[in-house]
Amino acid sequence: MAAITKNVEEIRNRVILGEFGVKNVHTTDYPGNYPGYDDTWDLEKFQKNFRIDVVNLDESSMEFDMVGIDAAIANAFRRILLAEVPTMAIEKVFIYNNTSIVQDEVLAHRLGLIPIKADPRLFEYRNTGDETVEEEGSEIDTIQLQLKIKCSRNPRASKDSSDPRELYLNHMVYSKDIKWVPIGNQADVFVDSGIGPVHDDILVAQLRPGQELDITMHCVKGIGKDHAKFSPVATASYRLLPEITLLEPVEGEMAERLKRCFSRGVIELEDVNGKSELTNLTRHLKNIIIIFTVESTGILPPDVLVTEAVKVLMTKCQRFLGELDSSEME
Amino acid sequence: MAGEGEKKPVLEMVQADGADEGCVTFVLHDEDHTLGNSLRYLIMKNGDVDFCGYTITHPSESKINFRIQTRGGVAATEPLRRGLNELSDVCQHVLNTFQVSLRVRSEQSPPVSCREEPAINGLILICG
Repeated sequence: MAAITKNVEEIRNRVILGEFGVKNVHTTDYPGNYPGYDDTWDLEKFQKNFRIDVVNLDESSMEFDMVGIDAAIANAFRRILLAEVPTMAIEKVFIYNNTSIVQDEVLAHRLGLIPIKADPRLFEYRNTGDETVEEEGSEIDTIQLQLKIKCSRNPRASKDSSDPRELYLNHMVYSKDIKWVPIGNQADVFVDSGIGPVHDDILVAQLRPGQELDITMHCVKGIGKDHAKFSPVATASYRLLPEITLLEPVEGEMAERLKRCFSRGVIELEDVNGKSELTNLTRHLKNIIIIFTVESTGILPPDVLVTEAVKVLMTKCQRFLGELDSSEME
Repeated sequence: MAGEGEKKPVLEMVQADGADEGCVTFVLHDEDHTLGNSLRYLIMKNGDVDFCGYTITHPSESKINFRIQTRGGVAATEPLRRGLNELSDVCQHVLNTFQVSLRVRSEQSPPVSCREEPAINGLILICG
């Protein structure tokens, strides 16, 4: 009986990594599946067992553990972090002059992918479809940026140098050359933070003397589902907590080899006299401990991103609840 | 019951003729696995629900068919509403817990950063 209980515990709580496949992947603890277990959803039980431990947090990435939540909901958070948290990115590129060898569309594509440091919560989505191309967009939904740069020969270079850094001025166009042009009252609202690319050293194009770029850009608010440039995370991922059990003692040279398989500090060897044989290793993953890693591109700090993602999921639920209510009243 | 005029439908209910209120397929527009899987998980945890599943009808259309079959004569909108409320409560609780743990961490100095990982049980012997 004890063996059956142990087996059931293992099926309910562990994902097993076998030699050729992964077992027990799907959640099976639904009401009625296991006699003797009450698996009905209970918010209080969830609240009692749920825990978040922040392991690492700095300004561009964070790692935290969620204990007691199912992979379905953790995956929903991950998907939202990747695709549904809005950010600002360059969308319309007005090229007044481009004599570089980078084609217009390639340049526009590269500019769109540059992360722009602007808090998207302070902006609205732009209404598409109503406006003509001429309309500039208002201060509440658009950021205007400008890139105006011309490459020229360096008059002070020595005669026989061949280093482009010495021969030419402005021959590498970096993202720090993109300047913010405040429209409307943006100059007052964003006076201390300023708006511009997150990183200064992104190479946009290369020029030679006589070539120039004169580009105006509009940034709008969007989500990653629309275009990956709007995704606020470098990546967001999660994994289950690994649990490794050695079924038999390992010793001698095998123990040394086993120790080398892991990162330093994971296994320590002890000095004991004895005999043994090869080991069998089982690797399990604890089903309810989820290790989340979020790396931000710098637009928003990672803890803000996670908060926004949770709010997005809540908004989705509220939207459908509203729909249900309004349709019931019809 | 689709929207009229130019309003795009967000949620539709499709019911087979002759079936009772307990077996309904909901069509949720502009949704995918993000809401579908998490909602399915919570609705399956409901004791009244006999069957719950969702499909994405075609990957180029962003809508899901969400089917709920209940037992005991419960109307199918009831578990759906309850599942949405529960998901909303879960999100609220996750948000609160996250804020609390961030605050706790910022009050600790220096920040403690540790976790046993991976957990290894067993004996390792080495012959001297």
